[in-house]
Amino acid sequence: MTRKQKRLAIIFGFGAVLAAALALILTGLRDQIVFFRSPTEVVAGKVRPGENFRLGGLVENGSIEKSPNQMVRFRVTDGANVIAVTYQGLLPDLFREGQGVVTEGRLDPSGQFTASTVLARHDENYMPREVADALKKQGHWQPGKGEGPPKP
Amino acid sequence: MSIEIGHYALVLAFVIALFQASVPLWGAVKRDGALVAFGPQAALVQLALVAIAFIALTKAYLASDFSVSNVYENSHSLKPLIYKWSGVWGNHEGSMLLWVLILSLFGAGVAVFSRGLPDDILGATLAVQAMIAAAFIAFILFASNPFTRVIPAPLEGRDLNPILQDPGLAVHPPLLYLGYVGFSIVFSFAAGALIVGRIDAAFARIVRPWVLVAWVTLTLGIAMGSYWAYYELGWGGYWFWDPVENASLMPWLTGTALLHSAIVMEKREALKVWTILLAIITFSLSLLGTFLVRSGVLTSVHAFAVDPERGLFILMILIAFIGGAFTLFAMRAKAMETGGLFAPVSREGALVLNNLFLAVAALAVFVGTLYPLALEGVTGQKISVGPPFFNLTTIPLMLPLFVAIPFGQRLAWKRGDLLGVTQRMSWAIGVSVLALAGIAYSIARGPVLAIVAIGLGVFILIASLDDIRERAARGGFEGFFRRLFNLPRAFIATCLAHAGVGIMVIGIAFTAFEKEKILSMKPGDSTTLGEFTLTLTGIAPLTGPNYTATVAQFQVHDGTKVVAELRPAKRIYVGRRMPTSEVGRHRIGFSEVYVAIGETSEGDRVDLRAYWKPFVTLIWLGPALMGFAGLVSLSDRRMRVGAPRPVARRNEKMEPAE
Repeated sequence: MTRKQKRLAIIFGFGAVLAAALALILTGLRDQIVFFRSPTEVVAGKVRPGENFRLGGLVENGSIEKSPNQMVRFRVTDGANVIAVTYQGLLPDLFREGQGVVTEGRLDPSGQFTASTVLARHDENYMPREVADALKKQGHWQPGKGEGPPKP
Repeated sequence: MSIEIGHYALVLAFVIALFQASVPLWGAVKRDGALVAFGPQAALVQLALVAIAFIALTKAYLASDFSVSNVYENSHSLKPLIYKWSGVWGNHEGSMLLWVLILSLFGAGVAVFSRGLPDDILGATLAVQAMIAAAFIAFILFASNPFTRVIPAPLEGRDLNPILQDPGLAVHPPLLYLGYVGFSIVFSFAAGALIVGRIDAAFARIVRPWVLVAWVTLTLGIAMGSYWAYYELGWGGYWFWDPVENASLMPWLTGTALLHSAIVMEKREALKVWTILLAIITFSLSLLGTFLVRSGVLTSVHAFAVDPERGLFILMILIAFIGGAFTLFAMRAKAMETGGLFAPVSREGALVLNNLFLAVAALAVFVGTLYPLALEGVTGQKISVGPPFFNLTTIPLMLPLFVAIPFGQRLAWKRGDLLGVTQRMSWAIGVSVLALAGIAYSIARGPVLAIVAIGLGVFILIASLDDIRERAARGGFEGFFRRLFNLPRAFIATCLAHAGVGIMVIGIAFTAFEKEKILSMKPGDSTTLGEFTLTLTGIAPLTGPNYTATVAQFQVHDGTKVVAELRPAKRIYVGRRMPTSEVGRHRIGFSEVYVAIGETSEGDRVDLRAYWKPFVTLIWLGPALMGFAGLVSLSDRRMRVGAPRPVARRNEKMEPAE
């Protein structure tokens, strides 16, 4: 191979790998992303039936019902609207009433949300940013609650 | 009092860093050795001062001095001693101080090992390192000061986040930071070489040991973090593609690429532009990771208490350094001539292929991590990019790279012989195919991709190690052991590190065959788990030093006898009233039985999650071997000798940049 041919071969190889990678990334970004929705957005019909999405808000006070086989029902609220959630499995350690929560799953035809995951957090004071924003939108955001530890 | 001394020492360190950032640089540009000589001294003084600051904070933690706001927020008098230690870096301010300490440590390291470094490179490098240090010390002093007092002093602290109260946390952040921040010195060397305008094989020789140190610690730090997440969080997973994990993976990917491209630059004077670029990119990604973690712009389970002001500060540091480095790079890029021609099939070609795949994988992780941020900025839509995206993009990119590993390490420089290499591996290929058939037969059912991946892992493991035997056996059996012991350590390190990749691949592939059960049990109940039976024998309360716990006792039975007793627990910490899980695990060979309990209801009914995880420990043993291999490579003679000392370089005319 001449020097020019070698260079062409290398450039072509590079181009092929890069193109394949970009194709993968773009496909991934089209098909594999998960939207975050607040209960108000869900009620407004922004979710396609059967779409996998993340639902975030506060766990409504007094809404947690546990039954055998790790079935848990609770309601997620953003202050304006409420979505009922069912989840089968172990809840994260910091799952509590009145606290922020993010769950991922699908809506069934009756408007009930079946969660496949309930996301855990590492810190009791931590409020997922999406949840904080959703609450702010509904005017139910209390600064200082969940926004880091209170200053002494 | 000592806390004020620490505060003052940090302010002094800032001043010293400013001095170090200017005088030696001036010396490097003006070729004045006397001015450059201030650099190493300043670097040592800076380290001493930052160390005093760090010790002062540590002392406040050990003494539970709650008049210090940072100690009050993150410590508790009942906390066991080891967590008073590790609590120093278990919070934002303290961990930034550790960050700066390590930054100074690397600067001082270059100062100590500066023998053989040309003056101008030394001066410019230490100056750039000091600029980074000055920026971050300023960040600590102005935006996250751990030395502020609370008056009046509270009687009791708010305790450290309980999930951070674990031996793993004592080790994970320092290791990770050593790696993350270690790439700063590589960045400084690159910027220094660009400033001086001398980019040649000597640069690669100088920088390689530092790349290795940073890479080894980053590898071990990430593995440690993954292991900690596995046993502490109770989810049974080892990698979650969380933004913060990605933030550490990106510099690892480009750092690994750098490790390989520096070899080409050192041996063949090729890939110069690319190596310098990688050095800049790797530390830029470390800075980006720091920004992502500290600013809270991305939702992550790792969130520290979030403060937009801090995020903005780090963003400014990030832009200044990345922008500055790329400007320098652009100015010098023309002067960097590409040297050393090679055939596509050659050692160089293989290393280029390695770099291509690693860099593209880093790009995929980068896009996936930052896309939600970009999309929200543009359209306001909130999305998350999770494991499906990263699995889809990185697995197809990694598999060809993995297949290429054993071939690449055998190819000759300049022009390789792929057919010959394959023939030399025929033994290893044969054994791997047999192993693959054996595994496929014994597993019988399961995802094909996972079975193939296991076979691939076995292939990488055997073929990488077989290279050692093959080299030693060259020339017959006589003298085999003599040749074996005389093999260059760098070569043995290559084989071991690649074997580590194989081991990790096997471990990851076997996760496809794990067994999971989620159920609730009463004392006396049993359940099957793979070939084991799990019996709940009792539930008991327990009081620890700063927590109370509910402990469930399980027996693991293998059909003939009880093989283990597991005691997973749910703890409630006194300080924060926060529950955490303690996992019960039993290791059998490389596999594990893993039980995590949830809440207890009706007095004695406990929810639990039980796993049989075949060969799971290989996931961390692989990286551990990679890290060990890095140390072996560091001990190679060539690394210690370093760059040949230039004689009377100072008197020469300025060389054209190459």
